[in-house]
Amino acid sequence: MADFTFWIVVGLTLGSAFMVVQSKNLLYSAYALLFSFMGVTGLYVFLWADFIAVVQVVVYVGGILILIIFGIMLTNKITSVNISHTSVQKGIGTLAVLGIATLLAYMVFSTPWIELANVEQEETTASIGRLLMMDYLLPFEAASLLLLGALIGATTLSRKED
Amino acid sequence: MDSLTNYLVVSVVLFSLGLFGVITRRNGVAVLMGVELILNSANLNFLAFARFGGMNMAGHVFALFVIVLAAAEAAVALAIIINIFNNFQTINVDEVSDLKQ
Amino acid sequence: MITGNIITDFSLLILFLPLAAFTINIIVGKRLPRQGDWVSIGAILITLVLSLSMLLNMFMNWDSDFSHEAKFTWIDLGAFKIELGFWVDNITIVMLVVVSLISSMTHIFSLEYLKGDVRYSRYYAYLGLFTFSMNGIVLANNLISLYVFWELVGVSSYLLIAHWFEKPSAAAAGKKAFLTNRVGDIGFFIGIMLMFTAIGSFNFQEVFSGVSQGLIGGSLLTLAGVGLFMGAVGKSSQFPLHIWLPDAMEGPTPVSALMHAATMVAAGVYLTVRLFPLFSSDALLIIAYVGGFTAFFAASIAITQNDIKKVLAYSTVSQLGYMILAVGVGNYIAAFFHLLTHAMFKACLFYGSGSVIHAMHHSLHELDDHKTDPQDMRNMGGFKSKMPITYWTMTIATLAISGVPFFSGFLSKDAILAGSLGFAQHYPQHFLLPVFGFGAAAITAFYMFRLIFMTFHGESKMPKVFKRIHESPRVMTFPLMLLSGLSIFIFYTLPYFNPLSDHGWFTELILAGDSVVPGNPTAHEIGEGVHHAHYTAMALSLLVAGLGIGLSYLMYIKKKLSAEAWAKKMGFMYKLSFNKYYFDENYDRFLYQPFLKLSRAVAYVDWDLYDKYFINGFGRITKWLSFLTGRIDYDGLDQSIVDGLGRSVQGFGKQLKQVQTGRLQNYMLFALVGVIIILVIQTI
Repeated sequence: MADFTFWIVVGLTLGSAFMVVQSKNLLYSAYALLFSFMGVTGLYVFLWADFIAVVQVVVYVGGILILIIFGIMLTNKITSVNISHTSVQKGIGTLAVLGIATLLAYMVFSTPWIELANVEQEETTASIGRLLMMDYLLPFEAASLLLLGALIGATTLSRKED
Repeated sequence: MDSLTNYLVVSVVLFSLGLFGVITRRNGVAVLMGVELILNSANLNFLAFARFGGMNMAGHVFALFVIVLAAAEAAVALAIIINIFNNFQTINVDEVSDLKQ
Repeated sequence: MITGNIITDFSLLILFLPLAAFTINIIVGKRLPRQGDWVSIGAILITLVLSLSMLLNMFMNWDSDFSHEAKFTWIDLGAFKIELGFWVDNITIVMLVVVSLISSMTHIFSLEYLKGDVRYSRYYAYLGLFTFSMNGIVLANNLISLYVFWELVGVSSYLLIAHWFEKPSAAAAGKKAFLTNRVGDIGFFIGIMLMFTAIGSFNFQEVFSGVSQGLIGGSLLTLAGVGLFMGAVGKSSQFPLHIWLPDAMEGPTPVSALMHAATMVAAGVYLTVRLFPLFSSDALLIIAYVGGFTAFFAASIAITQNDIKKVLAYSTVSQLGYMILAVGVGNYIAAFFHLLTHAMFKACLFYGSGSVIHAMHHSLHELDDHKTDPQDMRNMGGFKSKMPITYWTMTIATLAISGVPFFSGFLSKDAILAGSLGFAQHYPQHFLLPVFGFGAAAITAFYMFRLIFMTFHGESKMPKVFKRIHESPRVMTFPLMLLSGLSIFIFYTLPYFNPLSDHGWFTELILAGDSVVPGNPTAHEIGEGVHHAHYTAMALSLLVAGLGIGLSYLMYIKKKLSAEAWAKKMGFMYKLSFNKYYFDENYDRFLYQPFLKLSRAVAYVDWDLYDKYFINGFGRITKWLSFLTGRIDYDGLDQSIVDGLGRSVQGFGKQLKQVQTGRLQNYMLFALVGVIIILVIQTI
């Protein structure tokens, strides 16, 4: 059952990701992205990453995706229902991407991965909190500064010149 | 399903799709979506390695930082896109070719 | 009592204050108020005060053996080491006082004499440079720094003689002085190097001890001594290099007084006095003959000169000859004594002549007369009533130079003559030396009074000019009065009062040292000879001085003897003397012209033969070859290879340019392809 669910989720993720890059309608792309994110969240759950999965939902779905949709709305006429968008250099792009995918896949299959057996599932939130407050305190603070900078920067950039 | 390779393959495919989007899409917002897919694939890798490396929490922390960065990046990138739109009346990146010699 | 360190400090200040004045004046002098003359005068007056305090200290100590040496290492190359420094003894101190005193007087005198001159500040700067270098000579404790300052004195002399270089004669005189000095300096340098090669040191004391140890001796020592003496010949204008000094009178008169009468020309004498201990007896004999001959010979020229400064110039040459003669006969303290007294009265005479010329010049200027020579004594006469101070001071100085008792010249001249007489008594074959000496003394008395009588007595030959003559201002008469005062015997015989004996502080504080050359007579032996001849010499010198003065009086005041008639009677001799024995002409004919001819011949070979055929031939061949290679280069290589390469690169660039689309996604794609290629290569 779990196996079956896993493949369903994988299919959802990759299928909607394909839609994102393929769809001619920009809004459809955005919606497909939502499903792709949800699929990835599911995969996180399969990987026992409960906290990250929640964060993924909150930040990506609740934040970034909304931001992207706002971006679409702000840069297109609201009346046009069909916000079309086309692609360029599709042929050579496909070739190059297939090439790199082949190489990566070759790498994945040819590497003898060491998988530890009998790993116990555990609650991650507490450990992440401890790590953030102890080992990774400096990057954590830096990230907060980065966010502040991004906030100010985004505001400044999108502001109309007076 | 409980195999590292499965996750890695999913990650590779997701990365390739994102890369394809970044390279081929004309619309700036769509390029941004491709970038988000790439970031997700990277996160997937982090968590997969963490899970099969004995629940190493460092991977989770890194994933968290990636998400933070992605949020910041999305905010700034959209601000830039809006700026480009204000300046060029379009967000098709191939028309914004000021880098040309 | 002043200790050694303070003496060093004083010496340093005395040396470098004038240099500081020179530096300031040469750089910013023109922009300073009063063109910076106060800087120089301030510096020289401080120098004077310092030297006088050293003199005072010498009197307080009353130590004839006083000597202080301070030195530092300049170059140390292990085997080769040069130390520079000061050597201060009583001779140095007296000389420092002379230099700074005469230099101060010159500075003051020039205030009026050079008023409004175009290069006023530069003049004062050069005076500072001269004082610096002269003090350097005086203070030097080694041959090498002595030589450096020696050349510096030559340079400043050149600069000051040619001060009015717009006048071609002044420029030529400067050049002549410099070049003539160079001739002597070559000998000087050879002498220094001979000494150094043999002894390995430049320091005076070490050289002396080296000579006494016999490190150098025989004819080599004589040669080195003659070489060193060559420097003195040049600087002190001795025969046969005397030709520059009369010409040097083209310079401003205060400069003549300072350099060409009192100090710079005395540097040669000072040098021989300093180095006396190392001259071998043969070298001393040469020195004595050169000096004696110069004394007589220059005096004989001075008789017939009409230019007031020329008379004084030849008189200076003659007096310097006296000093050199005294050194040569071993009585070198008398030479230094005469240097001291001569500096005072000769500077006074020069200032006096400057005062007269100044008055003449102004008078002629008012009359708008630019043809009359203001220095010609034939245009003067009767100035006594118009310029009393100048007259009386000059007369005192003239009495001193003529060797009249109660004046300083009598004492020093007497000592010299006694020395030469004593020498001749000891070596009868050298009887010519005292003959030269006494003969010159008689002639000196004659021509000096001739100068006084022609200038100040009798009727004026140019009444119009005479009317406008007036006494010079105080800044000019003050040095005159001071220096004529210093020509009175009392300043040299203190604390004793005996006008007929030179016994005084000078003879007690400055004692002759023994010669370090083995075999030479000691100072005591020489002194014995001098003492022995003393009274004879005094009587003889009084006689000849009286003779000269009397003859002059008869000729130019009483007119009992007609100068013209005597000139005619002596026809040939007169002409010879009037034309200075044709020295310049003969040098020109036998030295300069052949040399010029040789130069022209060499130039002909160089220009017309070598250049024309050899150089130009090469040039032509090279030109032709260049033309050929040029053709190959331009038409062959350039067209095909150079331009072709350029064209192909251009074409390739045009093609490659299209890659630059300006589309970000294209670039990204290229990067991706690059990554794939790298990964593939890695994998394989």
